[in-house]
Amino acid sequence: MDHFEGINFSEMWCGIESAPGYLKPVVKVATGGTTGSSLAICGYYNVASGIYKNILVIGWEKLNEGGATTGIITAFDPVWERPSLAGALGPLALMAGMYSAKYGITPEQAAKVTVKNRSNAANNPFAHLQMPNITIDYVMSSQMISYPLRLHDVCPQSEGACAIIYANEEETKKITDNPAWVKSVATSHYYTFGTDDKMYDLPTATMASKKVYKKAGIKDPIRDLDVAEIYEPTSWSELAWTEALGFAEPGQGGKLLDEGITQMSGELPVNPSGGVLSTNPIGATALVRVAEAAIQVMGRGEKRQIPDVETALAMGFGGSLWTELLILGKEKLR
Amino acid sequence: MSEEIEKKIYRGRIKVPYKHTAGAYVERFITEIGKNNKIMGVKCPKCGKVYVPPKMICFTCFEKMEEWVEVGKQGTVKGFTVVTHSTPVMPLEPPYAYGIITLDGADTDFVHLINESDPKKLKIGMRVEAVFKEKPRKRILDIEYFKAI
Ligand SMILES: [Zn+2]
Repeated sequence: MDHFEGINFSEMWCGIESAPGYLKPVVKVATGGTTGSSLAICGYYNVASGIYKNILVIGWEKLNEGGATTGIITAFDPVWERPSLAGALGPLALMAGMYSAKYGITPEQAAKVTVKNRSNAANNPFAHLQMPNITIDYVMSSQMISYPLRLHDVCPQSEGACAIIYANEEETKKITDNPAWVKSVATSHYYTFGTDDKMYDLPTATMASKKVYKKAGIKDPIRDLDVAEIYEPTSWSELAWTEALGFAEPGQGGKLLDEGITQMSGELPVNPSGGVLSTNPIGATALVRVAEAAIQVMGRGEKRQIPDVETALAMGFGGSLWTELLILGKEKLR
Repeated sequence: MSEEIEKKIYRGRIKVPYKHTAGAYVERFITEIGKNNKIMGVKCPKCGKVYVPPKMICFTCFEKMEEWVEVGKQGTVKGFTVVTHSTPVMPLEPPYAYGIITLDGADTDFVHLINESDPKKLKIGMRVEAVFKEKPRKRILDIEYFKAI
């Protein structure tokens, strides 16, 4: 994103490799953290509407060169939010604290999310942080960043890119006999000053999930979804947001994890890729969720593959507490 | 980083001046704090919710809010975090805390500094009181910080 790296035309990083795009229509989409899911939804709309037969969607980020937090801070209200609620860490720390106080979620339960996701990342050659032997103690004794968030409760800053091809039914036949179909998409925005509302949950995830489940005919996400790739910037947010997505009752996100439901072998594995806690090139991060969901549906996940995936959920989360969701499936929606 | 790579890197820092039209509601809110040490909110004529900080439109009813009401200088901490890492733009030398505070009589929350940095002494639900700056500068930091009571 130009705003994060502080440079115009960052797509020129694609260099000579981007030459096939020369003289073709290009649209640039940047919506902060949700950039990848906005890209994925725009890609779907462009092809599903019949405007284009097939398109290439690319998300990327080169965080080594910028200050993403600096970029984010400039977008917040200078009086009420910029000094204290801007950037990513401050609000996420407040949310974690309020969530744990409300429901008695413990730092051990949060650390367990990091251990789950980074252990999964060890099965994913594209994951940034490779920490196969990570332990709960290691997470809980890492440096305090912003109470109650410790270093390993938080996602890294990564460099990376992700690309997805969208094609209509005719074109798809020429490319593969094993595609992942987009079944439904939803975007929810809900924002005023950060503190006008309760902050321990993510209302947009609840709103968007209701919409996306209804369109795809999903009644019980635990039963009807086979895998979920969610956008968890912190360990605590995975616990809170699995609740917001309807995987568990409010306050039961910790129990959901303790019972093993979101583990690789559980009923609804969450983030077999290692999630955002392992890899976070912001403009690509939410697109990676969609790509990983597609990989699972296509059965191409190798060591991180969940058996027999029919339906997968991908989530994007961004700056002003947005949520974007996509449901992908082996079968087309009729 | 190797010397060879380091040679190819240009390091810089950008300072970005800006102007922000805060609007009539923020103007009044900050003026009352500095001049009269009063914290003011606005009340929605439909749902009765008192907004602190004040804003023009109720975000659930979409009603224009014009009734100003004074709220308490004391309130309850709803959430907090502790800043430990220092950067040049911080209002105080870390460690310091900031919290989400519901002032008595308000229905929305307010973010401000708390002059306590030990997480063991901070608690969700604790009571705090505003400490005003002696020489106001028409800034939100005319409330210098909140102290535990
Ligand atoms: Zn109202």
